[in-house]
Amino acid sequence: MAHTLVAEKHPLDDLIRTDRMPHIWCPGCGIGIVMRCYAQAILESGIPVEQHVIVSGIGCAARTPGYMNLDSYHTTHGRPIPFATGLKLVKPELMVTVFSGDGDLAAIGGNHLIHAARRNVDIKVICINNFNYGMTGGQVGPTTPLGAKTTTTPYGNPEYPFNLPYLLAAAGAVFVSRWTAIHARQVKEDILYTFHKPGFTFIEVLAPCPVGFGKSNNLDEGVEEMWLYRRRCVPAGRVPEETPWEALQVDLREERPIVVGRFVDEDRPVYRPVRLEDKPSEHRG
Amino acid sequence: MRGRAVLTGEHFMHGDHACTEGAIAAGCRFFAGYPITPSTEIAERIAQRLPEVGGVFIQMEDEIASILAIIGASAAGARAMSATSGPGFSLMMENIGLAVMMEIPIVIVDVQRGSPSTGLPTLPGQADVMQARWGSHGDYAIAAYAPWSPQEMFDLTVLAFNVADRFRIPVMVMSDEVVGHMVERVVIPPEEQIPRWERKRPTVPPENGFRPFLAEDDDLVPPLVHAGEGYRVHFTGLTHDERGYPDMSAETHHRLVTRLVEKVRRNADAMVRYEGYGLEDARIVVISYGCTARSARRAVAQARAAGIPAGLLRLISLWPFPEKPLRDLARQAEAFIVAEMNLGQMICEVERYVAQPVIGVNHAGGAMIPPAPILETIEEVANRGAHIGRRKASTG
Repeated sequence: MAHTLVAEKHPLDDLIRTDRMPHIWCPGCGIGIVMRCYAQAILESGIPVEQHVIVSGIGCAARTPGYMNLDSYHTTHGRPIPFATGLKLVKPELMVTVFSGDGDLAAIGGNHLIHAARRNVDIKVICINNFNYGMTGGQVGPTTPLGAKTTTTPYGNPEYPFNLPYLLAAAGAVFVSRWTAIHARQVKEDILYTFHKPGFTFIEVLAPCPVGFGKSNNLDEGVEEMWLYRRRCVPAGRVPEETPWEALQVDLREERPIVVGRFVDEDRPVYRPVRLEDKPSEHRG
Repeated sequence: MRGRAVLTGEHFMHGDHACTEGAIAAGCRFFAGYPITPSTEIAERIAQRLPEVGGVFIQMEDEIASILAIIGASAAGARAMSATSGPGFSLMMENIGLAVMMEIPIVIVDVQRGSPSTGLPTLPGQADVMQARWGSHGDYAIAAYAPWSPQEMFDLTVLAFNVADRFRIPVMVMSDEVVGHMVERVVIPPEEQIPRWERKRPTVPPENGFRPFLAEDDDLVPPLVHAGEGYRVHFTGLTHDERGYPDMSAETHHRLVTRLVEKVRRNADAMVRYEGYGLEDARIVVISYGCTARSARRAVAQARAAGIPAGLLRLISLWPFPEKPLRDLARQAEAFIVAEMNLGQMICEVERYVAQPVIGVNHAGGAMIPPAPILETIEEVANRGAHIGRRKASTG
């Protein structure tokens, strides 16, 4: 009798809205990998599922809440962070994660991103960076490498991209890391770690977008970009002593290393609204 | 030290402060805002008051962040409010649609100033009243109230929270610089007399098959689930079905948007507020709201003293528009006069419901319309018949 390889139930089944499958993501997309890491981290977090809340804006990555079987809020373009801020301040016992893309968080929502980091409001941000606006068909974004071709930079991108870890560190995030979709283990570990790290945390995950970004930049297949990550990623030394912030700039066009790792992990008083019943010393931290 | 939530008693109070006290008395425990004249006093006072009653005040980086923060706070279960003026109100517009679509109750106070653009930051206007109704893209419906006194800054802020919660809609308090900065007698009732309409909440425990956007009752309002209650509900600004799941079909879209609009139309009687003065025998009906209604009332009193059968219909709810009293008045009136501090906004709504001439008394803003031009218009109509209107409604 043949062995059956079909499992009756997957440990993550309860965390996925299986009735919403199939998802919208293209073959070769990296978002699903990160969603799985997030689900696995929830499972291992020891925090009841009912206390996890996921918030997103608009874009491919921002569709993730629709597939997660959690309290989920799919807000407007660029706005998940202020929505999450209001929600978290009213129910501090909830674990509020913002799961969205680079265009959503760093372009249209860029102001909210830096101000939430400055405040050190206790929300967990997972930023999928696929170097372009995927959902609208591959336009230039705030992270598109200089020179890269997109549908709105047909002659090559004339703008410098954001170095997101550097930006977030400068703005005051207490935890900043960067991985890629090939670093599933590290991504899961960092999400799990930030669940227990009070304050504003930021994890950037570089992810292939073969249809939107790859096609015009010699990365037509998602796996090619994964190979590129495998070939070029190097772990950071201590930042900035051994690895300067500038070295974190990503340039997919050149054979330059892509620096990954945990860049910031420090403690700073978490934002708490003023409560008059607190003793003055408890107002912060 | 905890402060009292309801400052029961008689006060000589600033309009913006009365709005703040109305919010706190109504149970508002979250405020997010951004400083802007002439609404800043609301933020300043509530920044002091909310910590006294265990609430949260946060000053955000802009008005877009402010409206998102109050939607998020309300999604977590708090009564939440923001206050702004024209430029900030414009920044909030997109996400009024989000609150409509997610059916998350919020209250926004717009202390109107001279506009458009930066306009007259310290001087009054009433030119955001159509924006309150139509400013976000798409078909939707909301409620909006126009206080004419600090007392109503208190009362209508309480009502705004009740209507928002009861019907799961954004509600605006459309004040103006005159009323916001006016100091007048305000009576705050005992706590137990503050009306409270609760949110409709799920009556079944979380389980597979619970449909959070299924409106089973005649009022078309589905029960509201808050974050962290175990229902694991999806909220989205996308067109969604009764499960809350995105559904990109014309049928679902039509069903959803129709319900959202019909929800307000069907429950309009619970939201509509107006006040009449001298309407019993009125042949010339003045319609006004907010600070302008104070001048209109004076003008109507003077006209009546001179023997002219004039009356005032004061709009307290701008939206839903009090169409019923207007239709009734159309059976007795010969002409309508609409006095408002804009170049003709609510007059369009009046023209929709009456066949008689409708004459506007308008000013672009910056100073209150005094009683005189309203009285002159009443006299002109009375002296020369009803057919001299600068604006005429088409009949039929």
